Amino acid sequence: MGLDIRLPIGLLFSVLGLLLAGFGVFSDKGIYQRSLGLNVNLAWGVILLIFGIIMVVFGNRGSTIRPHEQDSAGNRGRSAGGKP
Amino acid sequence: MGVYALFVVGIGVGLKRYMKTSTDFFLAGRSIPAWVCGLAFISANLGAQEVIGMGASGAKYGIATSHFYWIGAIPAMAFVGIFMMPFYYGSRARSVPEYLRLRFDEKTRGLNAISFATMTIFSSGISMYAMAKLIQTLHILDAPLQNLGLPLSASFHCSVVISAIVVLAYVVLGGLVSAIYNEVLQFFLIVAGFLPLVFLGLKDVGGWGGIKAQLAPAYTHSWQGMGSAQTNLLGVEWFGLVMGLGFVLSFGYWCTDFLVVQRAMAAHSMSAARRTPLIAALPKMVFPFLVILPGLIAVALPAQPAVPFTGPRAARTTSREVVPTGRGLIPAKIDQTGNPVLDANGNAVLDYDLAIPNMLVHYFPTGILGLGLTALLASFMSGMAGNVTAFNTVWTYDIYQAYLHKDASDQHYLWMGRMATVFGIALSIAAAYAATRFNNIMDFLQLVFAFVNAPLFATFLLGMFWKRTTGHAAFAGLLSGTAAAAIHQGLTLPGGAAPGIKGGWLATVHLYPSEMAQNFWTAIWAWSVCFLVTVLVSLITRPRKESELAGLVYSLTPRNSERHLPWYKRPAVLGVVVLTLALILNIIFW
Repeated sequence: MGLDIRLPIGLLFSVLGLLLAGFGVFSDKGIYQRSLGLNVNLAWGVILLIFGIIMVVFGNRGSTIRPHEQDSAGNRGRSAGGKP
Repeated sequence: MGVYALFVVGIGVGLKRYMKTSTDFFLAGRSIPAWVCGLAFISANLGAQEVIGMGASGAKYGIATSHFYWIGAIPAMAFVGIFMMPFYYGSRARSVPEYLRLRFDEKTRGLNAISFATMTIFSSGISMYAMAKLIQTLHILDAPLQNLGLPLSASFHCSVVISAIVVLAYVVLGGLVSAIYNEVLQFFLIVAGFLPLVFLGLKDVGGWGGIKAQLAPAYTHSWQGMGSAQTNLLGVEWFGLVMGLGFVLSFGYWCTDFLVVQRAMAAHSMSAARRTPLIAALPKMVFPFLVILPGLIAVALPAQPAVPFTGPRAARTTSREVVPTGRGLIPAKIDQTGNPVLDANGNAVLDYDLAIPNMLVHYFPTGILGLGLTALLASFMSGMAGNVTAFNTVWTYDIYQAYLHKDASDQHYLWMGRMATVFGIALSIAAAYAATRFNNIMDFLQLVFAFVNAPLFATFLLGMFWKRTTGHAAFAGLLSGTAAAAIHQGLTLPGGAAPGIKGGWLATVHLYPSEMAQNFWTAIWAWSVCFLVTVLVSLITRPRKESELAGLVYSLTPRNSERHLPWYKRPAVLGVVVLTLALILNIIFW
């Protein structure tokens, strides 16, 4: 199949991670009483972002190894996945 | 949520250009790597029943719910991967009913195809209904609806329509690949949404030790007390559990249900297809920690005064009615007049289905709460899409092509598959609305499906491993097994229930301690009768020529050597690993 599943997964989680972590940085600390005082938005957002980036990297590598597409090696994250 | 929906449809659009033939659409061109199929394999099953239902059972029955995984699903998945997949994948059948035609005859296939197609429609309808109901209960759509000036009662309709459109979009455009890709996405989302929940919950109650300290031992031991039905929360004794759930029901589901088998059949090679269920078994094994633990934590917590997010109405009623409150995070069921539902002893009936949603709302602040709810919705959608893709394949190949319009062009069937998707979803919507009107009809239908499904595994087992089995025998066996299930259910009754839909509508000759025990024994009876009748009829009917059965029966199929594969890719090795791990888990939570 032409589309490596790891790219969309990686992109989705990178976006979600960024949103969540960003929200965690700027949000009012009062809302974290629910979550036992932990800023779960920031913590989990960062974890999701890392996971997302790993997926994108592996997805890119997987699709460049295969002969059908000669992707420029410089495109790591964004531009290669921009066209899912 | 918006980001998620965009991605979901985006995958469909991205894949559309690859959908050139009906094989691409229905079987994903047989080109998917094993790990992707594996994740889709469990994700397709991860519908409403799984996440909400297992959380609910976790709260109700405790860790014994894990039997559905460690005794139920895992051995069955190992079996289908090692022994059955070679016949499904190798026979070049495109669906499970088609295998039945190759192995047996047309009527057996017709019976299976029609009952399966109806079942998928209703399951997807029930999934849709449960999702819409949940959105309504949690008031997720209230704010946008108010902004648009629509009444709050539109929430249900909106959820049904939106979920239908999203699933429709990605299945019609990308077919099975799209459904599989989305299922993998949903799998990761569900994990991402629930993992922090389990972490926070466990931290709050003081870890597994904290749960143990809060709850009776029956909640935290899965096998202790299984000696007799009276000493465990499930109300089943070990024999009924192992045979009914572990053998008949689980093998019947994981080995014969096209919904899951279809995912493995999409794999790019025979060994990948065989690895699919085995790879799936690994995450499946740890799913109890994601879905059952939150339920357990919800009951282990001290009773809470109503969770603000469940909406103003629920909060008001619980604070006014002090006496019958819920337990832990689990609220009492509220009837239409806003009063808690009471059972015969005056105790509140708990709404266990809200265990997981309430946990999410209790622990997650704004932000990650959106992620948690998205994960929940993703689980509903993956269940729906799984049913819809299984339906369109069975409809097109086994009903339309077989009986209504033979010998059309491949393009025509591709078109039909897309149409079937549209009709399937339309019918699901109708089923969802039927469920709002006639709750009993849904119960009744699920009962009928249980009767139809219970004997199936006996037919497959005999068909694949005994070359003497004949088509007439398979057909007679299935019918008599279904009849046996119905008769058994009609003659028995779970304790505390009135005769009617719960059983006993013929006469009550035996009382079971619980509904679950009755279900398991119904399955055992159905299976045994089907097995016996199939064997007997096979012996008096003429068997097919052996040459016709090559690739369909175990003894007549050349074994593929797996020697060239590295050990971690050999199905047998993986199977042993999976089973050992399941055994260890059973012992830890004994």
